[in-house]
Amino acid sequence: MSTLRIVWLYPDLLSTYGDRGNLLVLAHRARARGIDVEPMQVRSDQRVPHTADMYLIGGGEDGPQAVAADRLLQDGALNRAAEAGKPILAICAGYQLLGASFYANGRAYEGLNILDLRSDRGPSRAVGEIAGEAMPQLGIGSITGFENHGGRTHLGEAVQPLARVTAGIGNDGATEGAWAGHVIGTYMHGPGLARNPKLADLLLAWAIGVDPSQLPPVDDTWPERLRAERFQALSAAQ
Amino acid sequence: MSANLTPRAKFATTLLRTAAALSRATGRGDGSVIGGRVGLIVEPRLLELLAEGRHVVLISGTNGKTTTTRFTTAAIEAIGKVATNSFGANMPTGHTTALAKAPKAEYAALECDEHYLGQLLDAASPKVVALLNLSRDQLDRAMEVTALAAKWRQTLQTSAGQSTIVANADDPLIVWAASVCQRVVWVAAGQSWTADSAICPNCGSHLDRFGEFWRCTNCGLNRPSPQWSVAQEGEAVVGPDGRRYELNLQLPGRVNRANAATALAVASLFGVDPAQAAPRLSEVASVAGRYAKVEREGRRLRLLLAKNPAGWLESFDMIEPNPPVVLSLNAREVDGFDTSWIYDVDFTSLAGRKVVVTGDRRTDLAVRLEVDGVDFIVVDDIRAAIAAVPPGPVEVVANYTAFQDIRAEFNRVN
Repeated sequence: MSTLRIVWLYPDLLSTYGDRGNLLVLAHRARARGIDVEPMQVRSDQRVPHTADMYLIGGGEDGPQAVAADRLLQDGALNRAAEAGKPILAICAGYQLLGASFYANGRAYEGLNILDLRSDRGPSRAVGEIAGEAMPQLGIGSITGFENHGGRTHLGEAVQPLARVTAGIGNDGATEGAWAGHVIGTYMHGPGLARNPKLADLLLAWAIGVDPSQLPPVDDTWPERLRAERFQALSAAQ
Repeated sequence: MSANLTPRAKFATTLLRTAAALSRATGRGDGSVIGGRVGLIVEPRLLELLAEGRHVVLISGTNGKTTTTRFTTAAIEAIGKVATNSFGANMPTGHTTALAKAPKAEYAALECDEHYLGQLLDAASPKVVALLNLSRDQLDRAMEVTALAAKWRQTLQTSAGQSTIVANADDPLIVWAASVCQRVVWVAAGQSWTADSAICPNCGSHLDRFGEFWRCTNCGLNRPSPQWSVAQEGEAVVGPDGRRYELNLQLPGRVNRANAATALAVASLFGVDPAQAAPRLSEVASVAGRYAKVEREGRRLRLLLAKNPAGWLESFDMIEPNPPVVLSLNAREVDGFDTSWIYDVDFTSLAGRKVVVTGDRRTDLAVRLEVDGVDFIVVDDIRAAIAAVPPGPVEVVANYTAFQDIRAEFNRVN
């Protein structure tokens, strides 16, 4: 593969919490392995390219979330990318709209049905540090991020949680995020990939078609120090 | 003014001043908040009573409100005494204290927290309201920005009938909020952060932008023609009749020239001749520590406060091209606990210079800079940062509590 084409969907609608960071981290880690990256920012009034190697979608407010879901349903390209096994990383509002339904503006909306889950409103807003142990099959260890959402997400049988929650709320206080095939959804921003380099590498490996262990190592001194700090801050607070 | 105060309000005012003085004397701060709290407990209508009969301007927005309030005060002082909350205590307790401390001031220039605009409109019956800009800020504890604009729009519709609005024509959120008002003076104050207004706040469709112009492709919301603007060439403000008012500001950057334009627009509504007001703005050297220059061991530090992505980008636009840069980041309660927003800031313009990072969340900054390919060193605090750079000029950019920590190191420089 000469150039990795990463699509960042709808930054005009869904980019509330530094979501661009995930794209920057992926590009940085790919280039560190000698892989060129072509970042493609696709606005909500543009067609979603079919030809990309990975798709990212971020978080946002209720109104833009509903508009984004409607446009993606009409466009159809993200569903086809998921069927073709392209890696997709979806954050917060973007995560919710990959499910069968989600709740915004005081009512339920139809989602893209890429992940077998549905979201509704929780009793309180989940705001703060989130941590968990990722499902062992993913091989990425513990996860850390910051969450800020009013939704609760209920997983169906065709998905697995991304992680078991050890701090924070995530989907419902027990599990966080969801995973099926090469599609990952999560409530973690922070951004998630800056604080979880192994998750970034897993997505890169999926996009390239190799096992993560085949990726040359990257110097992760600073990300590892940041992870240690965040986990320590949580254990100090408990 | 205070001549008309009821005995109860007079008593509340005296108590307020005593509490504020005690707080200052015991080194707990400037006393604005505690003083106002005491006064408002004794007389809940104290703010309203103290504002009565004065010519008031409220100044609000995400960024630049402390500086614009300082400029506006300097401009109006050309014609009379001005009460102002110059310490940045921008909630009703601070406003009450500002008015109580200046009983003879005929004018008041009050910086107002974005979330208290409605309350202040009701309590202070302002002659003028200046609205600067709205962008993302401390999202883990504050309202999302479009929701805040909607709240402003509603509150302006119900409570600003007697006020003239001075509003930023370059910020679609501000234009949408202010366009419900009868009397608006538009200022081309610029917009350094467009990511929160890619879509129309009115209808959700795309905004088209051509240079400085913008319009909604669906509902027609568009950039109003500004009466006041920052001159394209040189350092000047251009007024409604096309006349240039030369600026010779000590404060850096285009954003401060825009703040000056807003201040001159406000002052002229109070009857101040802009030609008389403009030179007064150049006397402002620093604002509650912002832009202050301090020296230690041959290092000449300039202190820049930047609380959110728009503020950091504005700071990078202001700094001199060569000196080392110290970046300090905290995430305490008033800063917001979430540091994700540093990924909304492009740091690549710092590449090639000496960059030192510090603050409680220096590791977050280290990871961020690494991703942008900017070399850096990490140190424990501002003293270590000073030791890490050679003698000469140094630019320091810090968010709220990080900035206050640095100010404390320099005897709370103003």
